[in-house]
Amino acid sequence: MIVANAAAVASGAHEAHEHTHYTTTSLDNRKIAIWAFIGSECMLFASLISTYLVYKGRSVVGPFPHEAWTSPAGQLFKPILNIPVTSASTFVLLMSSLFMVLALAAVENKGKPGYEGLQGSSKFWLLATALAGATFLGFQAYEFTSFVHEGLTIRTNLFGTSFFTLTGFHGTHVAVGVLWLMTLLFIDIRRGLGPADAIIVDICALYWHFVDVVWIAIFTLVYLIK
Amino acid sequence: MALSAATPAHASATARGASQSPEPSGLWSWLTTVDHKKIGILYLYTALFYLLVGGLEAVLIRTQLARPNQSVVSAETYNQLFTMHGTTMVFLVIMPLSAAFFNYLIPLQIGARDVAFPRLNAFSYWVYALGGLFITLPIFFGVAPNGGWFGYAPLSGPTYGGGFNMDFWVLGLQILGISSLAAAFNFITTIINLRAPGMTLMRMPMFTWMSLVVQFLVILAFPVITAALFFLQFDRFFGTNFFVVQAGGDPLLWQHLFWVFGHPEVYILILPAFGLVSEVLPTNSRKPLFGYNVMAYSGIMIGFLGFGVWAHHMFAVGMGPVADSIFSMTTMLIGLPTGVKIFNWIATMYGGSLRFPTSMKFAIGLIAMFTIGGISGVMHSSPPSDLQQTDSYFVVAHIHYVLYGGAMMGIFAGIYHYFPKITGRLMNERIGTWHFWLNFVGLNLTFFPMHFSGMLGMPRRIYTYDAGQGWDLFNMISTSGTYLLLVAGLLFAFNFFWSRKHGTLAGNDPWGAPTLEWSIPSPPPEYNFAQIPEVTSRYPLWDLKAPGTMAGIEHSHADAASINSAHAVPMHEETERRTARELGIPMPFPTVKPFMVAVGILVTFSGLIVMHAGKFPLAMTMMLGGASFMVGSLYAWLTSPLE
Repeated sequence: MIVANAAAVASGAHEAHEHTHYTTTSLDNRKIAIWAFIGSECMLFASLISTYLVYKGRSVVGPFPHEAWTSPAGQLFKPILNIPVTSASTFVLLMSSLFMVLALAAVENKGKPGYEGLQGSSKFWLLATALAGATFLGFQAYEFTSFVHEGLTIRTNLFGTSFFTLTGFHGTHVAVGVLWLMTLLFIDIRRGLGPADAIIVDICALYWHFVDVVWIAIFTLVYLIK
Repeated sequence: MALSAATPAHASATARGASQSPEPSGLWSWLTTVDHKKIGILYLYTALFYLLVGGLEAVLIRTQLARPNQSVVSAETYNQLFTMHGTTMVFLVIMPLSAAFFNYLIPLQIGARDVAFPRLNAFSYWVYALGGLFITLPIFFGVAPNGGWFGYAPLSGPTYGGGFNMDFWVLGLQILGISSLAAAFNFITTIINLRAPGMTLMRMPMFTWMSLVVQFLVILAFPVITAALFFLQFDRFFGTNFFVVQAGGDPLLWQHLFWVFGHPEVYILILPAFGLVSEVLPTNSRKPLFGYNVMAYSGIMIGFLGFGVWAHHMFAVGMGPVADSIFSMTTMLIGLPTGVKIFNWIATMYGGSLRFPTSMKFAIGLIAMFTIGGISGVMHSSPPSDLQQTDSYFVVAHIHYVLYGGAMMGIFAGIYHYFPKITGRLMNERIGTWHFWLNFVGLNLTFFPMHFSGMLGMPRRIYTYDAGQGWDLFNMISTSGTYLLLVAGLLFAFNFFWSRKHGTLAGNDPWGAPTLEWSIPSPPPEYNFAQIPEVTSRYPLWDLKAPGTMAGIEHSHADAASINSAHAVPMHEETERRTARELGIPMPFPTVKPFMVAVGILVTFSGLIVMHAGKFPLAMTMMLGGASFMVGSLYAWLTSPLE
C-alpha cells in the first residue's frame, strides 16, 4: 500500500508538466487521481478498523486497552491506553491540518495583498505542518515503546496484533506525508512555489487532511469508546 | 515523409517496435516505452504466455484425473497445480488480458493521445510482469503456492502452511495488487478527464463504460485484500495472531475479507468481456446497441450489487438464517442486471443485417455459455441448494462456464475484432472458425460433465478418486475435452503469429465499426489522432459512413470553448501517417525509471522470502537496498519532465 501510495504521489507530482492540456472537466488530472486514491485508501482503513472492532474484547490474555488484568502468575496490568497523552498528540495532528490549509493559501496567493510576511510564507507553513506531523510520530513512537515496556507487543494477544497493525498503518501514512511535505519544502526553498504550483501542494493537502480524518476515526473508535 | 495508412510493411514493423520515435529501439524501446499502445501489446503477449502456462497446468490436472487412482502427479504437486491454475488464470491471464484492452483501447475510444499518466502506466505493466514471475517461477522448484487461489487461513498461515509455498502467494498477490491499483487510478482519471469534446459519458463506447465500472471495482475491492494479505503476511513473518485460533483469532475473518474482494473480482474479470462483445455485436449486426443507457446502468448496478453478495461463498460455514437470507436475496437480485444485458445483446442482433466473422461467433458464444454459467450461479444463490453443490465439481463447472465460456470467449471475440487495429492485418477467418468450433466443443465437453460428477458427489480439489462411484465416465469426457481445448489454443497461437505477418491488410476500418478508434490508421500512429475530433453522437463514424443506421440517435455539438481549447476539428477519417515531430505534437519521453521502481519493489518483497530462509543479514540488505532503490528511482522519475 505504501508503494501504491508512493506511486500515486509519483504520478501526481510531475506528470503533466507545464503544458496546459485540454481536459474534459477542466480539472487537473492529478486532482482526479488523488481523489480516486483517497477513495481506495478509505477501503483499506475500513478493513483495518473493522478488523480491530471485530476482534475487540476477544483477546484470550491481557493487557487490555481499557480494563486492568491480572495474569495467571499474579502480575497486575493497568489499562494500557494513555488517553491524556494521545489526546495531546491528536491535538497536534489536528493543528497540522490548519497549518496545511495556510500553506496552500500562501502558495495560491503568493504576492497578493494580504499575503505579505508570515501569512504568505509557504515555507513557514509547510515546515510547521511537517513538524506537527513529525511530533505526532514522536508521540506514537513513545506510545509504542511504553506499551512494549508494559508487556504489550504485536504478538502478545489479539488486541496487540490488531492495535499495532491499525495504528502502525496510520503512522506509516503520516510518515509518507511528512516526507511529501519535506519534498515540497525543499522545492520551495530551491525555486519557490507560486500560484502555478498550487496543484502539487493541493494534492498533498488532500492526502494530509485524509490521513488526519482517519486519525479522528481511530482516536474515537479505539481510544475514546470503551 | 507521409506514409499512407495502408502501407502494409509497417503493420508488423510498428507492432514490433521499430519505433516511430527516433530515440530508442529494440529491447530497450520496450523497457522504456510509455506509449499506451505498446504497453497494451506488452500486456497482451505476457498474458497470452501465462495463458499457456495456466492451460498446461490445467492439462496436467485433467490428465491426473482422467481415470481413477492415477499417479501422474503426486498429491503435493497436484495441490500446487490447482492453486497455480486458479491464481494464474485470475491474476496473470484474465485481468491482464483485460488490461491489454484497457491500455490499447480506452485512449483510442475516447479520442485521447495517451492515458493521463503514461509513466505510471508503464510502471503498472512492469510490476505485473515482475510479480507474475515472482509467483510463477517457484513451481519449477516444487515450492509453488499450494493452499488454493483463495488462500483460506489458517491453512495458509504459519502453523499449517509452513514452508515457502504460501509466502510466494501472499507476497506475489501484494505485488500484483500494486499493479492493478496504479492502473485503476490511471484509467479512472483518463476516462473522466481526457474525453474529446462532445464525448459525454452517455456517448462513450460501451467497452469504455464497462472499463470505468471495473476500475472503480478495483480501487474499492483491492485495498480489502491488501489488508487481509498484510494480516496473513504478519502472521507468517512476524508471529501475530490474526488467524491464530488459540489466541482468539477467527479464520472466518479471512473468508469475509477475501470474498469482499473476491466477489467484486469476479465482475472485474467478466465486465471487460461484456464490454468487448458490446462492441462486436452492434458492429456485426450493423445496428446500434439495443438499450445503450440500460446497458450502462446495468453495468453500474452489477458493480454496485457486487459488493453486497460476498457471503454467498460462505453459506456452508453456518452464518445463520438472517445472513444467509440477505445474501441469498442480493445474489438473486444481481441476476437481474446481468439478465438485462443478455436480453439487450439478443435484441441488438434482432432485425440486424448480421455478419459472422470469428469475433461475432465468439460474441454469440459468450451469450450462450455465460447464460449457462449464470443460471447455475443463480442456483447457488439459494442456501439449501448451495449446500448440496458447494465444494463439489458442480461449482467448478459453474466458474468455468462464466470465466471460460464468458470472460475468455469475450476476450477471444475482442482479440479477433481488434487484431487488425493493433497489427494492421486481419486474422485468418478459416483458422479462426476452426478455433471457435474446437473451442466451443472442447469447452462443453470439459465443463458440462462436471455438473454431473459434482451432483454425484465428487469433491473439488481432490487429487484422485476410487473407481465405481459413477464419476469415471464424466472425468474421462472432461479430460478429453481439455485436450481439445489445448489443440484449439495452439491453433489460435498459430493463427495469431501467422496473421501478424501474412494476414490480409486491414486499412482503417475493416469491420465498418462506429467508434473513434476505427477512424485512424491501423496500427495507429504514436500520437493516435493528428487532430482531435469533435464528437457529436454516440456512433461518430457511422455518421460519416453509414448515416442510415443512425435513425433515432441523438446529435448535438460540444460547447465552443472546449472545442477551441482542445483544438478539435469536425469528425473525420485520418489516413496520413506522419511523425509527431512533423505535426508538432508533444510526446512523452521514453524512460526506464518506472521499470527501475518496479525492480526495487520486487527486490524488497524477495527480501522477506530470504528472511524466511533464515539469512537475516542478506534479507535486510535486500529489503533496505530494494526500498532505497525504489524511493531513489521514484524521486528521479518525479523530477524529470514528462515531455
